[in-house]
Amino acid sequence: MLSHLPVLQVIVPLMAAPLCLLIAKPKWVWLLAITASGLTFVLSCLLLQQVVAAGPLTYELGGWEAPWGIEYRIDYLNAFLLLIISAISTVVLFAAHTAIEKEIPSKRQTFFYVLYLLSLVGMLGIVSTGDAFNLFVFLEISSLSSYGLIALGKDRRALWAAYQYLIMGTIGATFILIGIGLMYQMTGTLNMEDLSMRLPEVAQTRSVFTAFAFIIVGVCLKLALFPLHLWLPNAYAYAPSIVTAYFSATATKVAIYVLIRFTFSVFGLSFSFTALPLQMIFLVLGLSGIFMASIAAIYQQNVKHIFAYSSIAHIGYMIIGYSISTVAGLTATLLHVFNHALMKSALFLALAAVIYRTGAVYLYQFQGLSQKMPLTMAAIVLAGLSLIGAPLTVGFVSKWYLLIALIERGWWPVAVLILLGNLLTVVYVWRVIEMAYFRPPLRQQPVDHSKQEAPYSLLLPVWILVAANIYFGIDTRLSIQVAELAAQSLFGVRQ
Amino acid sequence: MSLTPELILQLSLLLPVLASAAIVAAGGKPNLREAVTICACLIQLYCLIHLYLAFKAGYSVALVAWQLLPGLQFSFTVEPLGLIFALTSSFLWLITTLYAIGYMRSHKEENQTRFYACFAIAMSAVMFIAFADNLFTVFVFYEILTLSTYPLVSHAGTEQAKKAGRVYLGILLSTSIVFFLLAIVITWFVAGSLSFKVGGIFGSDVDSMLLSILLLLFVFGVAKAAIMPFHRWLPAAMVAPTPVSALLHAVAVVKAGVFIVLKICLFIFGPDLLASLPVTQFLLYLAAASVLLASLVAMQQDNLKVRLAYSTISQLGYITIGALLANSSALVGSTMHIVMHAFAKITLFFCAGAILVTAHKSKVSEMPGLGRQMPVTMAAFFIASLSIIGVPPTGGSWSKWFLLLGVLEAEQWWLMIVLMLSSLLNIVYLLPIPLAAFLPGLYSTKVATVTGLAVKEAPAWSLMAICITTLGCIVLFIYPQALYELSLAITGT
Amino acid sequence: MVVNKLGVAMDILMSAGLRIAGFYNYWVVISLMMTGFYIVISHGNLIKKIIGLSIFQTSVFIFYISMANVEGGSAPILNSEIVQYSNPLPHVLILTAIVVAIATTALALALVVRIKEAFGSVEEEEIQALVEKNKDAKAC
Repeated sequence: MLSHLPVLQVIVPLMAAPLCLLIAKPKWVWLLAITASGLTFVLSCLLLQQVVAAGPLTYELGGWEAPWGIEYRIDYLNAFLLLIISAISTVVLFAAHTAIEKEIPSKRQTFFYVLYLLSLVGMLGIVSTGDAFNLFVFLEISSLSSYGLIALGKDRRALWAAYQYLIMGTIGATFILIGIGLMYQMTGTLNMEDLSMRLPEVAQTRSVFTAFAFIIVGVCLKLALFPLHLWLPNAYAYAPSIVTAYFSATATKVAIYVLIRFTFSVFGLSFSFTALPLQMIFLVLGLSGIFMASIAAIYQQNVKHIFAYSSIAHIGYMIIGYSISTVAGLTATLLHVFNHALMKSALFLALAAVIYRTGAVYLYQFQGLSQKMPLTMAAIVLAGLSLIGAPLTVGFVSKWYLLIALIERGWWPVAVLILLGNLLTVVYVWRVIEMAYFRPPLRQQPVDHSKQEAPYSLLLPVWILVAANIYFGIDTRLSIQVAELAAQSLFGVRQ
Repeated sequence: MSLTPELILQLSLLLPVLASAAIVAAGGKPNLREAVTICACLIQLYCLIHLYLAFKAGYSVALVAWQLLPGLQFSFTVEPLGLIFALTSSFLWLITTLYAIGYMRSHKEENQTRFYACFAIAMSAVMFIAFADNLFTVFVFYEILTLSTYPLVSHAGTEQAKKAGRVYLGILLSTSIVFFLLAIVITWFVAGSLSFKVGGIFGSDVDSMLLSILLLLFVFGVAKAAIMPFHRWLPAAMVAPTPVSALLHAVAVVKAGVFIVLKICLFIFGPDLLASLPVTQFLLYLAAASVLLASLVAMQQDNLKVRLAYSTISQLGYITIGALLANSSALVGSTMHIVMHAFAKITLFFCAGAILVTAHKSKVSEMPGLGRQMPVTMAAFFIASLSIIGVPPTGGSWSKWFLLLGVLEAEQWWLMIVLMLSSLLNIVYLLPIPLAAFLPGLYSTKVATVTGLAVKEAPAWSLMAICITTLGCIVLFIYPQALYELSLAITGT
Repeated sequence: MVVNKLGVAMDILMSAGLRIAGFYNYWVVISLMMTGFYIVISHGNLIKKIIGLSIFQTSVFIFYISMANVEGGSAPILNSEIVQYSNPLPHVLILTAIVVAIATTALALALVVRIKEAFGSVEEEEIQALVEKNKDAKAC
């Protein structure tokens, strides 16, 4: 049983999804989905434990030997990502039943859970597989289900956002497919481990350069790296709020994983960072992403838009850590992947609670909300502080590591710019907080000043995530240790 | 008694946090809530006195609480500078609470529970800062202090209060994030340590250009010390209720700022290194300019609280000058000035608040003749003004004396002229207020003076607080011995 | 002499032409790819965009299939007479990709149907205008 762990990750939700269709009763489907997602969480904990104890695990699918058959390979990086995805997915699912009550008609709720589980399958699959083509297939599974999930949004603009995302996402995925094809043509293998050994022989050919370019651009589309981010704000803003909470914490993180996996493991460090001016490109794109997206966030009226743009800015932070291309830089990126997943899921889930109670998505509707929903707003304040990077929250930990990495590398101006960009975060977070805490409630609403706190089924997951924001900001052992191990093994410092 | 100093230290760090929770729990019952606050203050004071006695007896108390990131830990230690700061603030916390009971109730402020709870959190941040053993701990609680005082500054919730809150948060957060954090990261990278150490932590091989930039970043980054040009938050924050102004100006915020600057100058750079850096001279000019300009601006202000706020900026400049000179007399002067200024300034703000609550006046031009109505308050104002100016028999004279000695020792003659000039300016903008209050004919005959009113003082609680702090100003002049010894011990260890 | 030189030039041209002709499958792939991509970008009609997307994806399938061909190789059916086979793996891969592409197209078409119901149009500009109007009306 234990030896099958790597594949069970993917199998469990994959089996649960059609079962959901058969059951077709939202309440039971919900319970089944939670069970499946919870199971993957337990499995990923076990995996992480095994990987830390005994090093990378491999699993041959169907018993076919590695370069021919599909291999699942779990090292520190995979295990870390698996843990993040399955944990966030489970916590978000806890809130799902209540949160979709008002946003998705009950006849479509079963489909919601099916799609949710399928996208979970896709993301877990991307992270656990060691085969380049398999990765593409899982990428499409997760993308297709995410288009469906976004289109479930109540607003008709959700359809339009889903369509735009579909076009962009498909182009991105096809680019990746072209890249994989070119690599296969040059090396005759699809196994990532095998690829990484054979690619150096043919590294200086135009085909490999082309493959690299296609894959990088394709991944960056999925990643919503500035300036390829156009699909993200609307997709996040108009999707059902529970879907936003889920995707903001997982989808872009998986894309970061793919980027790291291809550049570090498959193409190799020396090819990725010396043959091409990738470092400079990513640094510039990351910085401009931080500034442009943060400034855009400041001018948004829709609160979900504000935090969607903030996600793009935070992808900028991750990309900058990545572009430093040192162990410290990559550690910072991985830490921020973990930490950003925590803060954004907490924020969007709290927004889901607000939307559940009041339907408010625009900033002006947040006036005086602190009196109506004190606990929810307190959660938004804490998660917002984490987003800003206040000490004792996870945001501070990743900011600190990023700064150290930048200064170690000698990139002082970038460090200063990042801190300035950070100030913009303060501005847009504070707009929301000030609106909620220092304005009297809107008059046009019924004069009911009693508390209308969100139900516990929503509050509990929100506060679990907020508590995680603070806990992992104080007890950083787990996140830092695993992130460091992953970064070191990617640089070949440790096997 | 089985209480070890370590335990007491822990208790004194955590007590305000617990008090804050208890305050929120007792929110519905004002009397219980205030009783909780006062009890917490008293226990806190007891703990700190215990720590002081233990320190005098030669115990060294250190505490590593938690390792946050590898190599970065929350660690605490009891050293004289921190002890002075902690003792002063928690004593004044007690007094301010007494004052606030009178003030908040008679002013019928809303959200009083939020006020007391945030106040307690701010106090715990102060305790953590006071006993922090490294820059990292200081930074963390510096930010918490900023965030916990923000609701206090915009307490009123009016448009003006919100704007003040924005300026307050904007300046303090942005300087601390951009300058202070950057400086800490660079220090960590260059020196490999963030722990406070007597004589500094930098090796002799570090480039002096880099250190100069670092010192600039630190001094500007700790904007709570209100060195110009990052002083705007202080006058803006005067819209807050008077007890909050007292907290900002005397108990916690600005004092935490200069305290951190002192700590950095002494224990991160060290006096020798500081003296050798070219940028120190530039910063001295800046601090001197801060002293003079703020005094000049203060003279122009008609709103009493704004005038006092600029006076604070000017007085903080003194402390920064002492920290930058870093010879032993200057340090003693700076340290003592933290205490002396705290007592004097809190008295002045208490008086301003009392005038506001009782006579509903906030402008200096409305105050002539007020001495008949509020004799005690105005007398207290007079004594506290003397202490700010530095005239015996008030505590301020000692700190200014030592600061001048320090300036002479450093042979910075021009600074002596600046300090003298500033004292003159202090006289010009402070003394006329109480003098005109008692002798309305002295300055102008035209001003419609307040006459014919019976004596009507501030609420009893507030008046008591004013009397205690005024007494403190005088007692500190008569018995400066303990404070002086502690101040001397800062560099002596 | 002149004739000789001309002959050399012709030779060079011929060989270049042959080289290009030898890669003709790639030229087909690239022209299809660019056609599809251009349609996606330039056309405002949502259905046309999907057509473009399908052409774009098809070009990649052709790319995979053509690269599997081994010169002189025959279909990969085990037979003792045959010594050289074409590579079957890309075919298998592309079967999967085709399934994915069909799913994508179906989903996209379904979305367009819903968009038509909701917005009453399948033209990008009109929909965009409606979206913007919605935004302005609600945000103030």
